[in-house]
Amino acid sequence: MRVGLLVTCLNDALFPDAGKAVVTLLRRLGVDVDFPPGQTCCGQPMVNTGYLDEAVPAVRATVEAFAGYDAVVVPSGSCAGSVRHQHGIVARRAGDPGLAVLADRTYELSEFLVDVLGVTDVGASFPHRVTYHPTCHSLRMLGVGDRPRRLLEQVRGLTLLDLPAAEECCGFGGTFAVKNADTSVSMGSDKVRHVLGTGAEYLVAGDSSCLMHLGGLLRRQRAGVRTAHLAEILAAT
Amino acid sequence: MTAREEVLARVRAAVRDAASVERPTPVPGAAGGVELFCERVADYRAVVEQCTADELPARVAAALSGLTYVVPDGLWLDLPDGVRDEPTLSAAELDGIDAVVTAAAVGIAETGTIVLDHGPGQGRRALTLVPDHHLCLVRADQVVPDVPDAVARLDPSRPLTWISGPSATSDIELTRVEGVHGPRHLHVVVVG
Amino acid sequence: MSTFLGTPPFPQAARTALADPQLRQNLAHATHTIRDKRARVVAEVEDWEALRQAGAAIKDHTLAHLPDYLEQLEAALTAAGAVVHWARDAAEANAVVAAVAKAHDVDEVVKVKSMVTQEIGLNEALAAEGIAAWETDLAELIVQLGDDLPSHILVPAIHRNRAEIRRIFADRMAAAGRPAPDDLTDEPAELAAAARLHLREKFLRAKVGVSGANFAVAESGTLVVVESEGNGRMCLTLPEVLVSVVGIEKVVPSFADLDVLLRLLPRSSTGERMNPYTSMWSGVRSGDGPQEVHVVLLDNGRTNALADDVGRTALRCIRCSACLNACPVYERVGGHAYGSVYPGPIGAILNPLMRGVGTDPQVDSLPYASSLCGRCEEVCPVAIPIPEILVDLRAQVVDAHRGSVTPKPEAIAMKGAAKAFGSGRRLGLSERLTGLALGLARRLPLVSAWTGTRDLPPAPRQSFREWWRDDRP
Ligand code: SF4
Repeated sequence: MRVGLLVTCLNDALFPDAGKAVVTLLRRLGVDVDFPPGQTCCGQPMVNTGYLDEAVPAVRATVEAFAGYDAVVVPSGSCAGSVRHQHGIVARRAGDPGLAVLADRTYELSEFLVDVLGVTDVGASFPHRVTYHPTCHSLRMLGVGDRPRRLLEQVRGLTLLDLPAAEECCGFGGTFAVKNADTSVSMGSDKVRHVLGTGAEYLVAGDSSCLMHLGGLLRRQRAGVRTAHLAEILAAT
Repeated sequence: MTAREEVLARVRAAVRDAASVERPTPVPGAAGGVELFCERVADYRAVVEQCTADELPARVAAALSGLTYVVPDGLWLDLPDGVRDEPTLSAAELDGIDAVVTAAAVGIAETGTIVLDHGPGQGRRALTLVPDHHLCLVRADQVVPDVPDAVARLDPSRPLTWISGPSATSDIELTRVEGVHGPRHLHVVVVG
Repeated sequence: MSTFLGTPPFPQAARTALADPQLRQNLAHATHTIRDKRARVVAEVEDWEALRQAGAAIKDHTLAHLPDYLEQLEAALTAAGAVVHWARDAAEANAVVAAVAKAHDVDEVVKVKSMVTQEIGLNEALAAEGIAAWETDLAELIVQLGDDLPSHILVPAIHRNRAEIRRIFADRMAAAGRPAPDDLTDEPAELAAAARLHLREKFLRAKVGVSGANFAVAESGTLVVVESEGNGRMCLTLPEVLVSVVGIEKVVPSFADLDVLLRLLPRSSTGERMNPYTSMWSGVRSGDGPQEVHVVLLDNGRTNALADDVGRTALRCIRCSACLNACPVYERVGGHAYGSVYPGPIGAILNPLMRGVGTDPQVDSLPYASSLCGRCEEVCPVAIPIPEILVDLRAQVVDAHRGSVTPKPEAIAMKGAAKAFGSGRRLGLSERLTGLALGLARRLPLVSAWTGTRDLPPAPRQSFREWWRDDRP
């Protein structure tokens, strides 16, 4: 099976450690994951802001980059959701059904680990107090359910603390975070309050975008809680 | 073009390319009986009791003690002291009467609902609306398990009033308060 | 369609609302209470998902065959003794109601709570003709007496707490009829009792009642009103004349279809197994209730929504308000910020769908009033894909402004992104500039919206792509 990593534009540019962690993790599990360099962005920022024509080049680049791969692994719920649910919209707009072909073989990281590789114990060790925020698109668009929790529960030394109101949106929402900044920050502040209440050292999620928003609030408050992508915890030994 | 013609023309144009959708197959309801019915009626903070046909007159007398009440034509329990709606009582006259006693068409166990179809013994709609107490007599064989069973039994050409507990509101801070405009006291007796 | 005149675009309106801590507290309390109630009674139903899909299918089927069902409804109503009117827009519908009232020489009507009569601004239109329209639902009464605007579909005064309501009743009831008792406290039961007394005299004397309808059955001409307080029954039963304004999307084919919808609506709406009162009537019933019955079938933009391939499903809406209660944005900013009687997630799609995009910046801002978290779709009893429709409407807003002589900075940025994201090589080059870009970004307006309260992440030394190419072990 040829497995390609769709690292996402955000991880590529700002959170490369999340991408590196996926590579470390998958290699440890015996998957020789590849990074097709033609990839750029899944197109989600444009689609979600209403710029469908502008999304076409990104979607095309993504589809072409992953043409030879059997599975596409994405360390992001919302980007995996975009490939699965939005590439079809762009394909219709462009009149090119070929732009929607990745939908069936694209997996969010926790789905790939649990459903395709069939593992929940990935051999990780992370002796810290952690709380997990299930991001909206993993939870509701993809339906990843409790897969991330099951993975975290097997990590040695890790104490998983329940996050109150975990299923509430963090308020990131792509361009929502700047177009409706006040509402976005209000939502984020409530999430941060719940996170601080757990006493966790790390806030973990499967989407760097949500973590960037919450991390920005945490850092501004000098709260001392660090953010980490799910992949980074699962890669740790 | 008249408004009718124009609205219909717009609707036709709007759905010209809409894909046809099959109507769904029925979704079965839950399976409860008289027991559940009583529980669910009580959940609405209505008074509910069960008795035999022989016990009924005494129960009704107790429930109505000290109250003036109106009795619709055709009620299967004889209540000679009740006020009749004949000639038709005005709204103001009804407002001066404490209670009303009626039969029902159907009881729904799952939701604790009684449905009146305003047939014999149920009166026109205003009778069960203006007085502050409603005493409703439901025969055990009128209780059906869930909403689909009730809908199947009812006739839409008749006026229908579905009653689930006393009048209530949650408009103030979502706090439920029983009794606004409809009867503030609902008393259901299941007979048999 | 009437909107709250002068509401600014959503972000500004939201900012004002967010600055009001009392409002935030009232809303959070109310929405969380009702969410929990809903969750409990929905969990009781064995196959809620099947019921939801059945509800969606009933509505989709009806909408696809709407011309036939409307004509069938009209015929059944007429046969049952009702007079059917058609209205292209709000003005036509209001004129029908006013004409009926005038024909009976009345200067007041009593009203059942109805979204559609708020949508068309009926009260204001009747007032202009010298006819008072008394709202009889408790929350509507609070809004009307307080000279306020509704902020929720089900609980229009959700933004008010008990102390505020007591003040409104004590100050304003006297001018509208029977005054509030002198010793009125802020106990909800006492406030409800004051409303009972205040409105009873109006019910007993009213000659004309006005209602909407939750459902209209094509096969039998049956209209359905779902309510809690009994004010609906009062208005539907005691007056001699009844006028019901019904949106054309309220039709269902047969009486049997009510089965599914009556199982979905109360559980989603008030979080009850069944609401206290549901009234069903078909035209005129001799000797029982109004002897003159009018039904106004209203378009007012519904056919615009119907013509939208993606947005059409918004017309499945049964106005339960579950999506409002579930929405993290609504929970924080309340209903007024949406500038319409239809607030929350459904308002964010219904207003643009019915009114069209590209002309009013307030309407154009609504599809963006969402983080696309998906909770609305999850709780919607007729499974309306609200996030998908929001995204589609955003594209319609953008398309409506394409070719503008002064493109927004956002449009320019998106064009740039399209170019950069067209090839991995080009992106690799531009990423070299990431560090520089983050530095510059701190000064751009879009980014200051971010950095006002949030730090930007530190720029990494090397992008993932560079690491993969140069340093991968
Ligand atoms: S969109 Fe769905 S959840 Fe929202 S009010 Fe309408 S039916 Fe209810």
